[in-house]
Amino acid sequence: MTVERVAVSDRAAFLRRREHRVVRALALVGLVVLWELLTRTGWVSSLFLPSPLGVIEEFADMARSGQLAVHLGVSLKRLLLGFGVGAATGITVGVAVGFFSMTEAIVQPIIAATFPIPKIALLPLLILWLGLGEASKVAVVALGVFFPMAINTYAGVRQADPLLVRAAVAFGAGRWSVIRKVVVPSALPMVFAGLKLGAGTALLLLVAAEQIAAESGIGFLITQAGNLMETTKLMVGLTVLSLLGLLSHWGLASLERAVIPWRHT
Amino acid sequence: MRVIIDGLSKTFRDRSGHEVVALERISLTVEPEEFVAILGPSGCGKSTLLNIIAGLLPASAGQVFFEGEQRPGRPPSATVFQEFALFPWRTVRANVEFGLEEAGLPAAERAERTRRVLDMTGLGGFETRFPHQLSGGMRQRVGIARALAVEPAVLLMDEPFSALDAQTRTLMMEELLGIWERTRQSILYVTHNIQEAVFMADRVAVLSRRPGRLLDVVPVPLKRPRTEAQQGEAAFVGAVDRIWSLIKSQARAALAEGQQE
Repeated sequence: MTVERVAVSDRAAFLRRREHRVVRALALVGLVVLWELLTRTGWVSSLFLPSPLGVIEEFADMARSGQLAVHLGVSLKRLLLGFGVGAATGITVGVAVGFFSMTEAIVQPIIAATFPIPKIALLPLLILWLGLGEASKVAVVALGVFFPMAINTYAGVRQADPLLVRAAVAFGAGRWSVIRKVVVPSALPMVFAGLKLGAGTALLLLVAAEQIAAESGIGFLITQAGNLMETTKLMVGLTVLSLLGLLSHWGLASLERAVIPWRHT
Repeated sequence: MRVIIDGLSKTFRDRSGHEVVALERISLTVEPEEFVAILGPSGCGKSTLLNIIAGLLPASAGQVFFEGEQRPGRPPSATVFQEFALFPWRTVRANVEFGLEEAGLPAAERAERTRRVLDMTGLGGFETRFPHQLSGGMRQRVGIARALAVEPAVLLMDEPFSALDAQTRTLMMEELLGIWERTRQSILYVTHNIQEAVFMADRVAVLSRRPGRLLDVVPVPLKRPRTEAQQGEAAFVGAVDRIWSLIKSQARAALAEGQQE
């Protein structure tokens, strides 16, 4: 019998995940380049798919003429107002429902019954109540943000470590101290998950509302461009929406890092 | 202040609705400046007893009194938890200040007291760290500092070092005794470790397994300050033997039942 030495091989190598940074960057750039090539060669009519460079030019034109600023300004105002109102009420209701059993008994069935309604279906009713002006658009965005915020905050509050609550009480904390110093900080990660979710919903509802009943805003711009077959303009609108989504997500993520330092250091 | 535990009983209802007697007529007095260990096997209701004294759980019968000069702003008890229970969103300093905030102390006094206990517990230089940046031993130092800061009549410690590795635990026990020599803070110290109880305490209250009854209170006639060398003395060995003979049969029963608590 021969004596052999066999080295141990790394059998779990295929399970290790890598960053693939170059591929990441190339994927998006490659798509845009491919798109530009497709339109340059004339394979696809620019009526259906305008070239990326064309979209950038149009974007610059619209920015220069002030047309973009008007629509963007109106949309941002509706978005921020609706998001702010919805988030603030959602967080307050979420904390109250999560902490006080009486509030939970009253509010939970109401939320369960109203949550499944797609919020855009409420727009006609909101217009009836609030008129065709800004209030109905802000209200539909606020409603869309309210539900994910209330539900996420509630879940975050319920997840607060009972040991920490007990420790706080052991050191003299009363109800309001427990809420402020234990329950709310415990719920913050869930609150931020809700804010990110709500930001997406807010954008969706804003555009839908502007497409249905508005004379200005990015949603209106997109619908109007579509009707007039101004595809390049339409694409500018879509690009702005993509940037808005990216920006809000990035902004919320940085805010989260600043507000929850104990999770990231 | 003197802590008087008078005929304390606690009955729970388990999931199937049966009544479980956790504690039965416990009476014990902790004198001012006294270090008392509460020792018993798993499931004897040690932690329940501590929670009742801390006012975190209502007793089924009996009462706990704090007797002596009552000072406003000074809480009767402060707890050091087995799992530390530090607030992860607060720095070391802010964790220690928590009880002082709730007591409504002015900022200057809070800062002064916090600095003092941080120095005493060897946490100087770590004030701005968050709990997750500290080792287990350091975390429990914060737990102890937080409790010392409020200057309670009695310090309640619920197996404070059982989540630490053996070496750290030994060092922390010595450190705690060092702090106690200086502050002479009455301590009720729950543990399931006989050597630990005897090494630390003036008296060891031994509880039985369910229902938790006070079997005996064993005095430890060892000089202070305590040193590791004393663990070979006849008084130490005698106390350990006496306690072990009290709970041996119960520990065996627990082992046979295979219950984990």
